[in-house]
Amino acid sequence: MKKLPFLFLLTCSSLISSAALSNQLGDPERGKQVYKKCASCHMVGVKAKKRVGPPLNNIINAKAGGVANFKYSKAMKKAASDGLHWDVDALDAFIENPKSFLPKTKMSFRGLKDQSDRTDLIAYLATFSGGELAAKVDEGFTVSNDILALEGDIEYGEYLSSECTTCHQSSGDNDGIPGIVGWETADFVTAMHAYREKQRENPVMQLVSGRLSNEEIAALAVYFKELTEDN
Amino acid sequence: MALKRRTFLGAAGAASVTLASPIVLADGHAKPRVVVVGGGAGGATAARYIAKDSKGEIDVTLIEPTRMYYTCFFSNLYIGGFKEIDDIGHSYGKLAASGVNVVHDWATGVDRDAKTVALAGGGSIPYDKLILSPGIDFVDGAVEGWDLSSQNAMPHAYKAGSQSELLKAQLMAMPAGGTFAMIAPPNPYRCPPGPYERVSMVAHYLKNNNPTAKIIVADPKPKFSKMALFQEGWADHYDGMIDWVGEEFGGANVSVDPNAMTVTIDGEETKVDVCNVIPAMKAGRIAELAGVTEGNWAPVNAADMSTKADGDIYVLGDASQQGDMPKSGFSANSQAKVCANAVRGALTGSKVFPAKFSNTCWSLITTNDGVKVGATYEATAEKIAKVDGFISKTGESDDVRKATYEESEGWYSGITTDMFG
Repeated sequence: MKKLPFLFLLTCSSLISSAALSNQLGDPERGKQVYKKCASCHMVGVKAKKRVGPPLNNIINAKAGGVANFKYSKAMKKAASDGLHWDVDALDAFIENPKSFLPKTKMSFRGLKDQSDRTDLIAYLATFSGGELAAKVDEGFTVSNDILALEGDIEYGEYLSSECTTCHQSSGDNDGIPGIVGWETADFVTAMHAYREKQRENPVMQLVSGRLSNEEIAALAVYFKELTEDN
Repeated sequence: MALKRRTFLGAAGAASVTLASPIVLADGHAKPRVVVVGGGAGGATAARYIAKDSKGEIDVTLIEPTRMYYTCFFSNLYIGGFKEIDDIGHSYGKLAASGVNVVHDWATGVDRDAKTVALAGGGSIPYDKLILSPGIDFVDGAVEGWDLSSQNAMPHAYKAGSQSELLKAQLMAMPAGGTFAMIAPPNPYRCPPGPYERVSMVAHYLKNNNPTAKIIVADPKPKFSKMALFQEGWADHYDGMIDWVGEEFGGANVSVDPNAMTVTIDGEETKVDVCNVIPAMKAGRIAELAGVTEGNWAPVNAADMSTKADGDIYVLGDASQQGDMPKSGFSANSQAKVCANAVRGALTGSKVFPAKFSNTCWSLITTNDGVKVGATYEATAEKIAKVDGFISKTGESDDVRKATYEESEGWYSGITTDMFG
């Protein structure tokens, strides 16, 4: 079987939290300027919809070709079924030269040759992934400082996390259910409280959060935050 | 993936924690030994979590006869053409690499005094704690005219793999306008929405490939899981194709003739082209051989999944009789984590946290039309008791149903990674 050129990249999947990304790798403010080249086809943000291209929310570590009912190219579908995930390395290589990374992709974009353009752009996209996207979703919903200040018991969080990892992969990968690894604890705690207060929609999450105490949410938050740090 | 270890922060109002004193090992062997029988959603998860969390302090052996495990969940999607058979097959290589001793053999008996499990290939494996997660077997004589020797003529396809492939091949070979029959099982059984998701997937295939074909379902039950959702979907997408014969119309009074390929429902004989017989179920036979069953199932204590019969033998998933949880892969995975935490505590003195269980079952009705039902559970002195739950609503928007299906795909990746690494 002919291997696609990107496959070697998959072996070195890098997992970095979105917050860490924007701090370490690039300048999201500058990335916002670079993003203008993408914006004619792709939307990001809480109200992002499909346009010529799929919305780019939660793109970091997402399974390729994962937006429901978007008409991807055959090449993208094949890459997705071969396991392509948009970790930072794969995103970087794709944006550098889309047609070289994925021949016959429908994305008609010449690519960004400048490394700092790409890292800044990815840093910007990371602010619409994981906990930072969650923070945007939860804008206007706040929890008290007392709750945010609760110090989580990481060992208890590790045990509790096994309920989460039936659906949310501990690798941070997103195959249809978002990654929750490496979020800032405040984002995690706010999102869970929003589910518990039924200010966020998903019934599974409302159910799971519905019987978690404030301390248990804090324990989970610190566990999933720490899960990335050695990677 | 490593977790950065930090000093224990202290129980900031955390739940009650038990510090178990480790058991004394019988013959003074160095490391405690856990043997897990059955490498599905319960057994694979338990083996993986005990090996992972004990960090080498416990020897874990997993006994599973098949080299390639095909998940029952999503096997209906294979029948409907939404998945390939390889999509639902999983090997045990990663579990082995993570330190689980994977033995591909049949467990044929348990000596509870000597604390050993006998293998079909000869020899036996000693244990301090034994976890049985054997899934289901079928009750002999449950459907008149059918036994395991008939499973090629009339497949059950309720243990995934070759049976799923056989049923799909028979479906694809049906003559134009032919009849597909299903004999649905009585409660309790593996995957309550499973037969009805299967009916939906068969209907989906037939609608696109053999639109004048019919489906007859003989059901011993008056109602079934997600009934309103399935019936709405069947009316919307497969109008006139599916004839569901419930208890009040004689659905329990059924016999089959695998040679003549006939099904007789309440005295009325019908010639059929495919007959999917899903008989009444019981715990996988090793649970019975271990002497931990009462009737068809193995009663367990809700707090740790240990059997009522033997505190050193645990039963997970479909084979257990635990209370309110449905027999599902999600349930087995959830129970496995509670059990793993308790077993590790008993053997090494690690912290034992209170049991929490949850379940969600997704079903696909047609393309991008997913529905779900879920609940949370807690351990009481008597049983695993339901705390709260939800179910998809009839009349939901296409977007909600699509999102539910997408979620089920994410869950499939999640749970299989959680099971097999």
